[in-house]
Parts: sequence; C-alpha cells; structure tokens
Amino acid sequence: MGEKFEPKIIGFLCRWCAYAGADLAGTSRMEYPPNVYTIRVNCTGRIDPTFVIKSLAQGADGVLIAGCHPGDCHYMEGNYMMLKRYTLLSRLLEQFGIEKERVRLEWISASEGEKFAKTVHEMTEKIRQLGPLNWNTGKKEGR
Amino acid sequence: MGKLKLGFYWAASCGGCEISVLEIGEKVLDVMAVADIVFWPAAVDFKFSDVEKMEDKSIDVCFFNGAIRNREDEHVAKLLRAKSKVMIAFGSCAVDGCIPGLGNATTVKDIFTRAYHETPSTINPEKVEPQPKYSIPEGELELPELRENVSTLDEVVDVDYYVPGCPPVGEQVWNAIQAIVSGKLPPKGSVVGASDRALCHECERKRLGNKFKTIYRPYEIVPDQEQCLLEQGVICMGPATRGGCGALCPKANMPCWGCYGPSPNIEDQGAKMLSALASNLDSTDEEEIKEALGKVIDPLGKFYKFTLTKSILGRVRK
Repeated sequence: MGEKFEPKIIGFLCRWCAYAGADLAGTSRMEYPPNVYTIRVNCTGRIDPTFVIKSLAQGADGVLIAGCHPGDCHYMEGNYMMLKRYTLLSRLLEQFGIEKERVRLEWISASEGEKFAKTVHEMTEKIRQLGPLNWNTGKKEGR
Repeated sequence: MGKLKLGFYWAASCGGCEISVLEIGEKVLDVMAVADIVFWPAAVDFKFSDVEKMEDKSIDVCFFNGAIRNREDEHVAKLLRAKSKVMIAFGSCAVDGCIPGLGNATTVKDIFTRAYHETPSTINPEKVEPQPKYSIPEGELELPELRENVSTLDEVVDVDYYVPGCPPVGEQVWNAIQAIVSGKLPPKGSVVGASDRALCHECERKRLGNKFKTIYRPYEIVPDQEQCLLEQGVICMGPATRGGCGALCPKANMPCWGCYGPSPNIEDQGAKMLSALASNLDSTDEEEIKEALGKVIDPLGKFYKFTLTKSILGRVRK
C-alpha cells in the first residue's frame, strides 16, 4: 500500500467498431492511460451482465462496454440488446452500492480512435477519484 | 440394518419448509416405517442438549432448512454437521439465502434502526434495543447476536446435498427422501429433488416469439392463460430458474418468482434474468427503453429475491 492507486478497468469491445477504434487509436499513436484491459467480443449483444458483475467481484474497479453506434450493429440489433441490459444493470449496480460511473457504455465506431482514447482518459480519471472497489474484501467479513 | 435416524432443523426460515415435509401426506407413515426422527424442534420435543449428547455421525441424514442469520443458527449448523453423516441444505434459505438473505441488502445497524425506531407502529421513546446479554435479578438472559452477513448453509459447514425451493414441493421432497432411503444417492454436492433444466421446459405456455412494449406488475393485468407470461410483459423468472416444481405459479396464471434458484450452468440468477427481461423488450429508443424498464421498481429485490446471498456480489456494499 501507499502506492498510487491505478484503476483496473475491464473493457469489453465489439470487434467491428470499438475494437477497431481502439486499434486505430494505437496505430495513430494516440496516448491514453494503460488501465483498460481489453477483451474483444463479437458484439456488445454477446455481453452477459454476469460478465460485468463477475469482473467487478473479481477485482476490477470499472467496466467499459463499447460497441457500434445505434443503427450500425453488424448483427442488426446487438447493440440495442446491450443498451437495454445496461439501462437496467446500471440501476441494479447502484442498489449494490457501486457507483454508476464505474460501468460505462459508449458507442465508438471504427473511425473514432480519438473518442476511444478520450473515453479511456475520462473513465480512468473518474475511477481514480472514486478509489478502488475492492469488492471481495467486504463480502466475507463477519462470516 | 436398524432404522434410519433423521434430524430436522430450522434456522432463519419461515416454517414453510417444515410444512413441505408434511406435504408428502400419508407417505409420512412409510417414512416412519423405515426411519426414526431423533431431532425436530418444530414437531418433536427434543432439546439441544439431547443433540449434544449424541455421538458424532449418529444422525444418518439431517434436513437443515433456513439461512444462517444469527450466532445460534451458526452454532446449531456446526453441531448438526458434526452429528450427521449426510447434511442436506433443505429449501431455498439454506441453499440460496432466500428472503432472510435479503438482509444482505442492508446492514445490521440499519435493520435495528428500522425495526426498533422507525417503523410507524413503533413507540420507543427510551430507544431500547435488544442486547445479546441482559442481567435481571433472576440471572443473565442471553439472545443470539445477529451476524453482520446472512450466509447460506454451505458457507458455514460442508453440505452434501441440496434440495431447493421455497418451499420444496411435496412430490420432490418425497423423491429426495426415497433417494435417501434406497441409498441411491447421486454424487456429493448434487441437487436432489429438482430438474436439471430451466423452468420454461416444464411450463406449458406457448411462446409466440412476441416481445413486450411495457412491463406489467401482476395486479395490473389479467394475463392470457396460454401465452408465455414474459412475452406479455409480466416478469416471469422462468428463463433463469431451475425447474422441478412443475411450473406451479405459471399454471395459476402467476409469474414464476424464481424460488428454485438458478438453473444449472447459471452462476447468477439475477444477472441472467435481468438479461432475459431486457432482451425481450421491443424497443430501440433510448427514452422508451428507460421508461419501460423503469417499471422494474426494485431490480435487486426482483431479480435476487431468493439468491442475493448466493449471488456473485453476495451483498450490497457497506
């Protein structure tokens, strides 16, 4: 302890848009914090809320979900599925005492490398302010 | 071989599981023909001291219902584990935490504040709260302390088998007892007396492939008797719930509450149900989605009614 807190963020990125956008940010040599651990998924519609909850329970301080803009989904409506799940999930997580800002849904196209870098910047800073989540240290206490 | 020795106990529970044992009806006589009850506080007059005097592993099968809410529940669970050859988590509370497990949505301090100071029916000007120990002239009185977290049975002792349900339906209780009496028990850790598939597999309602536009709470709608309830906008927990009850609630035109816990291969019943519900909403408009799903007033209470304790997150943040 005593070291500066570095947020650990799990990033679920859709392969058609957000992952390509992240790739573009890299090939364009844009700088952004190295705090997002990327997991490529075929579509945001494939992201089960369980993935998000499990990430948070197992040590992540935040989760970024990024996919195609509405109307642009490679599979027609996968991103709308995610939007619907996210709408309910973020309310659920608030009830669990997990701040809304820790789980973020963002639409990032393959050409928006800059938006990806900006999103990661903002999110890392926000979570740095919120501090570590340390989910499991609280759970077993008093058992 | 002598008669089987059976023990029953209730920890933090409502008593419904005790009644579900009697729901097997006259078959209880068949059970008595091959088994003796050596401990059952709800029905037979034995004391804790009688159990303490027993030799270790002298009870053949212990049916333990109820969650572990206070220190007494924990103590008795450990005692009965030591005295029993086979320990069965019986009913939703012992298996998944159930309604007592919703205590993990708050803290002990808040529970006391609410129960002893805030409820409209409470008059407590001296701000009295129950104490674990209290001295009176006749001696010292003791109350078991509440634990900071509610636990499932398998979080405090080793559990051999699970019988889910709130309460387990009579027929399944009988199946479980038969499996025990015949000695044909599945591998340790198995769920006994329930299906290996989701509730939807045993529900006779038709799926037409429709999605819903808005959510109805049960009192706001008389649903069609034939069609899938979820398609009609009634939150039916079927897709994320283990079958085995025979779809009792959907048969009575009421949605499944999810009391059999998550179906196999589902880690988190709440997250899975949230996913299933949201995906069935017919809308691509952000505002419309917000409004429609806003009708789920208490997502935690709805999706984790029976499994908060056993869920991945386990409790709300303190």
